[in-house]
Amino acid sequence: MEIPRHWRLQKQRYGLVGEICPHCSAKIFPARDVCPECGGEAKEPFRFSGKGSIYSYTVMNNAPVGFERGLPYTIALVKLDEGPTVTAQLTDLGANKVEIGMPVQMVTRRIKEDGDERGMLIYGYKFRPVMG
Amino acid sequence: MEKVYIAGIGQTAVGELWKRSLESLSNEAIQGALKEAGKPEVDALYAGNLLASAASSQANLGVKIATNSGLDGIETMTTEAGEASGAAALRLGYLAVRSGYVRTALVVGVEKYTDIVGSSVENVISQTMDYDFEAMQGLTPLGQAGLLMARYLDSYHPPREALGALPILAHANAINNPYAMYRRAISTDAYHKAGLVCDPLNLYDAAPYADGAAALLITSDEKLSQTAEKAPIEITASTSTIDALALHDRPDALAFSAVTISVQKALARAGVSWSEIDLFELWDAYSIFGILSVEACGLAAHGEGWRWLAEDDHSPKGRLPLVTMGGNKARGFPLGAAGVYQAVEAVQQLRGEAGANQVDGAKTAMIQAMGGPASNVITHIFSKL
Repeated sequence: MEIPRHWRLQKQRYGLVGEICPHCSAKIFPARDVCPECGGEAKEPFRFSGKGSIYSYTVMNNAPVGFERGLPYTIALVKLDEGPTVTAQLTDLGANKVEIGMPVQMVTRRIKEDGDERGMLIYGYKFRPVMG
Repeated sequence: MEKVYIAGIGQTAVGELWKRSLESLSNEAIQGALKEAGKPEVDALYAGNLLASAASSQANLGVKIATNSGLDGIETMTTEAGEASGAAALRLGYLAVRSGYVRTALVVGVEKYTDIVGSSVENVISQTMDYDFEAMQGLTPLGQAGLLMARYLDSYHPPREALGALPILAHANAINNPYAMYRRAISTDAYHKAGLVCDPLNLYDAAPYADGAAALLITSDEKLSQTAEKAPIEITASTSTIDALALHDRPDALAFSAVTISVQKALARAGVSWSEIDLFELWDAYSIFGILSVEACGLAAHGEGWRWLAEDDHSPKGRLPLVTMGGNKARGFPLGAAGVYQAVEAVQQLRGEAGANQVDGAKTAMIQAMGGPASNVITHIFSKL
């Protein structure tokens, strides 16, 4: 069980909260201590819109412990509209055919089961096709 | 600064070695290297390993290995740089010997992934990625490779079966390597029909995890290098470069920019150009890594690496031989030990001991290991004296 580290990452996982660099205004996700664009100190929180498009995707047929319940699942690199790219599962795909370039939006879903049946359920961001 | 010579090599067969332990595998490789060098006094042992802390619950592995092999009272430490851990141990040994502080050192790469069973193996191997933002989304290293291949196919539209050139070559070469895990050829047809593991990545695109150990005896002692049983080889370049740990943190995931930097530095350090490299043990943990690597090396333009691999001859008789003893794909992929296997195989080539896979007149070899998808790239160049 890894309760402290999941608790620490709540805002990033639930709200897609990263940072905006106070020096060069670069949007940063995940948060880090030094801006990758200008090298200045990064610390100001920024909530991303959750809108983006698929840069690449693959289908997982084998999963690490804690992820088996979702098999098979599609995982993608999602390029956020504000700039950064994130790794996340795709969900609510229905009959949609996944394609590179497809617009997606963030939703909060169950990500992983930590430990046995009494263990913690970890929630966080996934992405689904943009409706309509 | 001292010159650094390789005066002995040793390796175990690669495979699923359920009955063997980390230290017994290491010892087999160590004794091979020591014997070739005439059993010299050893000052230090650098162990490269990825999984032992998690898979075998063993930290401070270097001490366990050294003690088991009767090397009491020496210096030892263990390096971890993802799947490039073995190459990192070689670099550490190189730095120690080159500096003059250490005269003779053993470099050991060892991996024992079969100490655990079931899907927790994936959890342990996934520690090489960004845990909070890749592994926690359910991604694995196999998945990373699937993401790269999907993007590559979408960007450049190569014929899908052409991406099989490197695994097919690796298998053809492994037939003649007695230490290899898979000593049989695969056909283009078999490659094309292989089951998908991470669409579009198929079973033959991924190197099989394996157990094994390999060792090098390195020294600055010219006399030792001359009295050793075999002709000495000089390490003429050693470089190490990083990229972002997570694929999503890179401006261009297909660029493998750490490869570019590492190779440019290595060529400059050794004072050679690509035309003088007689063989290249590139990193084929996944077929797409090999393709992106040759592009990042400047051997092919971006988007053309698949063609360079598929249409040119890279067999031991070809223009630039690759994965000459089977690479990670067919020799087997003992993770943190693989970088030392590459070194052992390059030495076999330079000594003229590669048997049916001998590259005629090989004088200079490049080897390159990666932690993750080129998150950590370590390149060495060896030259025959």
